[in-house]
Amino acid sequence: MDFPKDLKYTEEHEWVLVEDDIVTIGVTDFAQDQLGDIVFVELPEVGDTLEEGDTFGVVESVKAVSDVYAPVSGEVVEINEALPDEPEALNNSPYDEGWMIKMKLTDSGALADLMDVAAYQAFVEKD
Amino acid sequence: MMNTESRGLVLDENLLFEQSQPGRVGYSLTGLDVPSATPDSRLVREEITDFPELSEVDVVRHYTRLSTWNYGVDSGFYPLGSCTMKYNPKINEAVARLPGFAHIHPQTPEALNQGALELMYNLQQDLGEISGFPAITLQPAAGAQGEFAGMLMIRAWHEANGQKRHKVIIPDTAHGTNPASSALCGYDVITVASDGILSKEAVAAVMDDDVAALMVTNPNTLGLFEADIREICELVHQHGGLVYSDGANLNAMMGISRPGDIGIDVMHFNLHKTFSTPHGGGGPGSGPVGVVDKLIPFLPVPYVVREDNSYKLEYNCPQTIGRLKSFYGHFGILVRAYSYILSMGGEGLKRASELAVLNANYIRARLEGEYDLPNKQRSLHEVVFSEDALQNDCHTLDVAKRLIDYGYHPPTIYFPLVVHGALMIEPTETESKQTLDEFCDALLAIAEESKNNPELLKQAPVRAKVQRLDETAAARKPKLRWERV
Repeated sequence: MDFPKDLKYTEEHEWVLVEDDIVTIGVTDFAQDQLGDIVFVELPEVGDTLEEGDTFGVVESVKAVSDVYAPVSGEVVEINEALPDEPEALNNSPYDEGWMIKMKLTDSGALADLMDVAAYQAFVEKD
Repeated sequence: MMNTESRGLVLDENLLFEQSQPGRVGYSLTGLDVPSATPDSRLVREEITDFPELSEVDVVRHYTRLSTWNYGVDSGFYPLGSCTMKYNPKINEAVARLPGFAHIHPQTPEALNQGALELMYNLQQDLGEISGFPAITLQPAAGAQGEFAGMLMIRAWHEANGQKRHKVIIPDTAHGTNPASSALCGYDVITVASDGILSKEAVAAVMDDDVAALMVTNPNTLGLFEADIREICELVHQHGGLVYSDGANLNAMMGISRPGDIGIDVMHFNLHKTFSTPHGGGGPGSGPVGVVDKLIPFLPVPYVVREDNSYKLEYNCPQTIGRLKSFYGHFGILVRAYSYILSMGGEGLKRASELAVLNANYIRARLEGEYDLPNKQRSLHEVVFSEDALQNDCHTLDVAKRLIDYGYHPPTIYFPLVVHGALMIEPTETESKQTLDEFCDALLAIAEESKNNPELLKQAPVRAKVQRLDETAAARKPKLRWERV
């Protein structure tokens, strides 16, 4: 299973790519593997304001429907518009074509709570 | 013996569109004996292209053949966890077909409708007796609407007290509809993790004066009784909140534990589960709601009251949340549920719950070991295994598909989400030990196959009319409309 070193991770199995005050968010390889074939994705609107912990989207697989939570607070500045029509990208390319949203951070302090790759790998093994 | 050696034809059947023959009809009209006239063009419908042209016998055979592909509780064991697919006694159908019930018009004046109103009143009383609540509405059309009605009453009660609360606490072992019903009433849902059973400490950690209610399913989706529920109710009440209990699993505790006695404020019933009315395509459902005294002013209208020796529909409730359903709920279903309650009697209902628990625990005892049981607490009417003991990369889906080859409807799978690859089995009280043994033998044989012949599981079902379907493609690229190729 693939966990890129340059990303941060959450206990909800999301990955976060930090570039200055813009973060890109998706779900991890582990998450897509656990969910199974993903058939439906719902994303927020550009301009939505999210607080840390808010539900920002829905991922539905043949097994289950799961909410996806904002790991940080901020404003949605871009969404992966191709994803709802090609939900399989979340299975095939979770860190690249399967990215979900980009947010502009309002508070970079929350980033300190995210896990690095070693901590996330340990978390997944324990889970 | 498992009937895996049976033989028989399963007849194929094309779509009606594909069977169409130009000019074939299912009627014969006499010749026109009045002058022909051409209607105004605005009144003439457009021709429907490819509308099937068939005879009566074509149509009858089509639907009769399709009906032979059905699998229902009248054709075999149907252990769908959480759904309570118990046998529906035929006496319920006989009673519901009595002309006085079957042909009654909903706008018949009350004076001419006393029998039907008396039945509804008695059912309200009986459900109150079974659950421990002083008042019942029969109106909600199904369980989820019952939840919605209950949460609306909770919101109305807080507002009548001058309070605007924003949060509802829901444990991770609740039914999936609970968060949706809360959200529909405008509440933010706070999910709390449980260790199989919800702890008072877990609730205390998130409880505050902005919490409108705790919404709990009891027994929960793991088939476990919430042992700390009385203390948890006290805690929520201390903060001015109310407790909603999803009563979909009441089948496990009739005559043994009454939610109204242990601090619950609102609960819905699923008549189509606990009280043996048809569902799963044969519905409709019915989701009456019971409430404590302080919520009575907010009940939906109308409900039936008794005055002297007659019955009437009560509409005069200034604080009511209003009407949720046309007329009086699913009346035909109410008749069936009342028939069930009367034919079982109090002792019979208690015995039904005891046998539902016994049957689930018998299956648990026979399968534990070969199938992984993540929650070891004493379970009630259903048992949830995980896929962790399966060998050779076989998964819950493969077991479910292989069960079809053995002649069974698969159990609920991948729910509840807190169990990895959940296989959720609810046998209900209506199955014999013989049936349970045959079913367990099949599941044990499948566990053995997963060790010795895993490919068989991955291909299953191999004996069914339709082989393994591509569920992913069906969901990603659904074809919902027939088109001529």
